[in-house]
Amino acid sequence: MTKDDIIQPENLVIKKPELMNDTVMHYCPGCSHGVVHKLIAEIIEEMELSEKTIGICPVGCAVFAYRYLDIDWQEAAHGRAPAVATACKRLWKDRLVFTYQGDGDLACIGACETIHALNRGEKITIIFINNAIYGMTGGQMAPTTLLGMKTSTCPYGRVPELHGYPLNITDLATHLEGTAYVSRQSVHNVAAIRKAKSAIKKAFENSMNGIGSNLVEIVSTCSTGWKKTPVEANEWMEKNMFEFYQLGDLKDIKQ
Amino acid sequence: MENNRECFLMKGNEAIAHAAVRCGCDGYFGYPITPQSEVLETLSQLKPWETTGMVVLQAESEVAAINMLYGGGASGKRVMTSSSSPGVALMQEGISYMAAVEIPAVIVNVQRGGPGLGTIQPGQADYLQATVGGGNGDYNTIVLAPASVQDMADYVDIAFQLAFKYRNPTFILSDGVIGQMMEQVYLPPFKPRRTEEEIGTECPWAANGYHLTQRKPNIFSSLEMDPKTMEQRNTRLQQKYALMSKNEQRATTFLCDDAEYLYVAFGSVSRCAEEAVVVLRNRGHKVGLLRPISLWPFPKDCLNKILPTVKEILVCEMNAGQMINDVKLSINCQRPVYHYGRTGGVVPTPDELIEAMIALIKQ
Ligand SMILES: Cc1ncc(C[n+]2csc(CCOP(=O)(O)OP(=O)(O)O)c2C)c(N)n1
Ligand code: SF4
Ligand SMILES: [Mg+2]
Repeated sequence: MTKDDIIQPENLVIKKPELMNDTVMHYCPGCSHGVVHKLIAEIIEEMELSEKTIGICPVGCAVFAYRYLDIDWQEAAHGRAPAVATACKRLWKDRLVFTYQGDGDLACIGACETIHALNRGEKITIIFINNAIYGMTGGQMAPTTLLGMKTSTCPYGRVPELHGYPLNITDLATHLEGTAYVSRQSVHNVAAIRKAKSAIKKAFENSMNGIGSNLVEIVSTCSTGWKKTPVEANEWMEKNMFEFYQLGDLKDIKQ
Repeated sequence: MENNRECFLMKGNEAIAHAAVRCGCDGYFGYPITPQSEVLETLSQLKPWETTGMVVLQAESEVAAINMLYGGGASGKRVMTSSSSPGVALMQEGISYMAAVEIPAVIVNVQRGGPGLGTIQPGQADYLQATVGGGNGDYNTIVLAPASVQDMADYVDIAFQLAFKYRNPTFILSDGVIGQMMEQVYLPPFKPRRTEEEIGTECPWAANGYHLTQRKPNIFSSLEMDPKTMEQRNTRLQQKYALMSKNEQRATTFLCDDAEYLYVAFGSVSRCAEEAVVVLRNRGHKVGLLRPISLWPFPKDCLNKILPTVKEILVCEMNAGQMINDVKLSINCQRPVYHYGRTGGVVPTPDELIEAMIALIKQ
């Protein structure tokens, strides 16, 4: 059998989405960001929305999200993506407008914009990469950092007396009248990736059908910030993060 | 009707709102603050979303409002906001980001006295903030200063045209007097909003997905990791600002042909100065007024043109001395330049300006 015999449509197992280009990967090994990028590319392609999509990227490790997906992008100031998206969607009603934000970006500096965009029921999707740390700036404490977790600005572990409590902003979002679909997923194994993909797809469909605001949190790893190998990071996430950030659909007004 | 324009009696803030709807604005995003809340209130009453399709949204903060302009402007739409001094201070982050990636939008500042929460009475103390950038980094925005309710109505469309011509945020730097006072105003005729195809043609740079498969993705990002490339971007921006500075100086002069004593004043203060000039001329003094319309670029060509007859200059502003620096720089300090300023919301009267000028003449 030659190579050409093998490269046949019926043998296709996995394919790079066409919207994804060959940019050299800037994410660390084991980082969840890359997997989520690919899911987004696949879904936009499947929904045939490349000419109808405006992506808003954050300040955080995903600041360069625009390098990987060949769609129109606007890079927002730190935390402001939901406000940027609000205007885009209101001014271009037939577009898919989504933001892609880290936990520092979304739950800390941009908490106000996040809550209000969700509460107004903006017809957008917010993809929320929660790795419980500030990855880009070198591993500082995030609002989502778990109690006891060590970061460079809580090197002895997060304690409520000094640092307050971890903020579960996705749970909070379920109580906002404007949200239609709120889901928490992860991408640490194939089954989880599949579930995450269908959650993002559902959110995108809602956005296109003008149904509420949609929030999909992806509980993520930051192997570098957590100072762990990719495998250790996945294990640590399963053991520690999923208890506080429980996976599953948290709100779906269509059900 | 004058030249097909309808005449009304209204406040400057209301004129801004009417002009926005009439000049084909696609979206207004704002947060209430005195003395400009009538802009959002008037728009809410006008309900343009039912007529022209213009979007009107009360944002959760000025920070959000300016970032809504970022999104709307980057997608090729004509978007604007209005606020007053403390609110505009909050917008500076967004304005810097917009200047960095060349996003057109119109920002109206109906200034009040500061610093801090200051006062809800009129002020002009945001002159420096508006004319030297305001946010982080090297950048400039065109700044237009209206002096009447008519100007408020007329400058909205001009500001949009400049914003799109140079792909740059553009300021209308008004003040509480102009925003709140009522005057006769001719509103511009209705101009339709652009269609999607028209936006596609006018703004091929916009990030809105339009015809994406036939072009490269449009990406707005001010981040650049390579200093050399970043410097090149800055150099290109500076070249644009140089062009704007050359082409977009605007000013009006009043009795300047033989003026030996010159007032320089903008916005509402220029109205007082105009009256002072009339009074002083009647008393036999050769006094004139230069009213900069564009504060950036400062109309230095115009000032230098009238300079030969001028002996002394009196800059009058509702601040502690901000535009005076531009006046001195523009003429290379070739004449003595004095300042008369009121702050904290105190509006100078024509009598005060007359007295200040008489003191100069008698000196
Ligand atoms: C106004 C402002 N403040 C601070 C920063 C610095 N900064 C850049 S990214 C970041 C945190 C990002 O963390 P997160 O949103 O969790 O994204 P991650 O890198 O973890 O994916 C901070 C504080 C900034 N760019 N702008
Ligand atoms: S620092 Fe963390 S979040 Fe950033 S790319 Fe590396 S692993 Fe991912
Ligand atoms: Mg993070």
